[in-house]
Amino acid sequence: MQHTTTSPGLSAKKFFYRDDVAGIIFSLPFIIGFFMFIIVPMIMSLGYSLSEYNILSPARFIGLKNYIKIFTDDPLFYKSIAVTFYYALVSVPLRLAFALLVAMMLKQTTKATGLYRAVYYLPSIIGGSVAVSILWKRMFASDGVLNRLLAVIGIQTDFAWLGSTHTAIWVLIILSVWQFGSSMLIFLASLKQIPVTLYEASWVDGAGKWKQFTRITLPLLTPTIFFNLVMQMIHGFLAFTQCYIITQGKPLNSTLFYMVYTYRQSFEYFNAGYAAALAWLMLIIIGLITSLLFLTKRFWVFEGEE
Amino acid sequence: MLQKKNYSAVLYHIIICLFGFVMVYPLAWMIMSSFKESNTIFATANHLIPDKFILDNYRNGWKGFARVGFGTFFKNSFFISTLATAGTIASSAMVAYGFARCEYKGRKILFSLMLVSMMLPAQVLMIPQYLWYQKLGWVGSFRPLIIPYYFATQGFFVYLIYNFIKGVPRDLDEAAVIDGCSKYGIFGRIMLPLTVPALITSGIFSFIWRWDDFLSALLYINSSNMYPVSLALKLFSDPSSSSDYGAMFAMATLSIMPCMIIFIFLQKYLVEGIATTGLKG
Repeated sequence: MQHTTTSPGLSAKKFFYRDDVAGIIFSLPFIIGFFMFIIVPMIMSLGYSLSEYNILSPARFIGLKNYIKIFTDDPLFYKSIAVTFYYALVSVPLRLAFALLVAMMLKQTTKATGLYRAVYYLPSIIGGSVAVSILWKRMFASDGVLNRLLAVIGIQTDFAWLGSTHTAIWVLIILSVWQFGSSMLIFLASLKQIPVTLYEASWVDGAGKWKQFTRITLPLLTPTIFFNLVMQMIHGFLAFTQCYIITQGKPLNSTLFYMVYTYRQSFEYFNAGYAAALAWLMLIIIGLITSLLFLTKRFWVFEGEE
Repeated sequence: MLQKKNYSAVLYHIIICLFGFVMVYPLAWMIMSSFKESNTIFATANHLIPDKFILDNYRNGWKGFARVGFGTFFKNSFFISTLATAGTIASSAMVAYGFARCEYKGRKILFSLMLVSMMLPAQVLMIPQYLWYQKLGWVGSFRPLIIPYYFATQGFFVYLIYNFIKGVPRDLDEAAVIDGCSKYGIFGRIMLPLTVPALITSGIFSFIWRWDDFLSALLYINSSNMYPVSLALKLFSDPSSSSDYGAMFAMATLSIMPCMIIFIFLQKYLVEGIATTGLKG
């Protein structure tokens, strides 16, 4: 059977072994996955965002009413947007600044450098876990570690850091900044790529350490900084677990993250249509922020000669 | 001169160590607290080292809640994380190879779609995916936590392996073609063995992320004997179910142990993965 060229089995086999067919077969998981788990849900949610839908009874088309309500009759939308922007715009630059600072410190290698890097990287590995969120909640409680340690250095206080509208958001920001380790590793890897000759030449020309940093290191790191800024901003806007476990948006919604608000609308108030509209708005906001960042790119990101 | 250098070197190490100590202090405190007597944890929060080490918290915590022990929660987490990770690696490697080494119509579009999906984080799709899985009848089972990962849904890993394959010399592929190897043969016999480091890196990251995943469990798992550790820990820590902070910290400590062990023994791969994907973007 395999000897006859006309046999369907063989031609199927031949087809199967064609290079372009093989390529499509290799890409098949992505094609199916992208369709099943991204495109279909997105189209569905677009439909639901134009409907009144509480998951239990069938959806009812209401046009743009959800969107109109979000903009005109939902103070919590504005509140959560403000909180989320504040969180992302403060924590991401701070985190990158710390990452860069420590990367510069760990650039020189000593016997202990490997250990130091590990220590600074560790929080990034486990920082997203529920365990750390629970720990954070207890650390900043009125009888938590922070106040006890403050007492040791003479500041007696039982201030509830999570109970004040001024400090609660900072507890979450500190948790985010604490996880600067992975950005630090990225910076360290980029620092290694900068040719030593640049520093040598500038040293001959009389440039000091600070000048070397601002004129050589920083410009050459800007592509890395840019990439990290974009990715971490996106993740900052979509933070969920920390807020859900540590503060639940309290006090007075001063830490109400957008994703937690969306979650509540959907799964606690059962306004799935409304929540779908909220999710679409977030997608648009993220798209806008990302394009805005890309627009600023040519003003400060050093592209190099390549 | 030499002395001045020594001083600054010592100062350098002191500063880094101090700052490092501040960094790990919260974790050290949690781990140490899990060995303290439960009712003394907050009274002695300013001491790191317990007066005497006890294991009661572990014994009490392990019993779990709602008549399900933490043994079950850990088993669930291992089951979900391992299966999801296996799917991620297998599908991502396939797709990465297709993108890196095969020519076909639409490849470029697919590749850019993959890059876009990398920027599109899973959370945005939280509600639509929930509604979709509900239609599929997946809610309340492990399926939403495992099956999507068999379809290369995480662009990060495809991209990581793609970059690695790009670094493998094409001569190897060409030599294999001359020897009569098909695309499938090249993938299985040449590419997979050569990309093992990238596959390990992907596997580690995937495992850690699946292990820590809280949101999907919160959405899709609703019976207590199916809870993974992350969700169980959250419910265990709710004031309504427990005020036993010792047991809570003991279980929290256990829950980060798999990631800690990976971190300690496979750090090299983590560092490499971060460095290579962070650079290229």
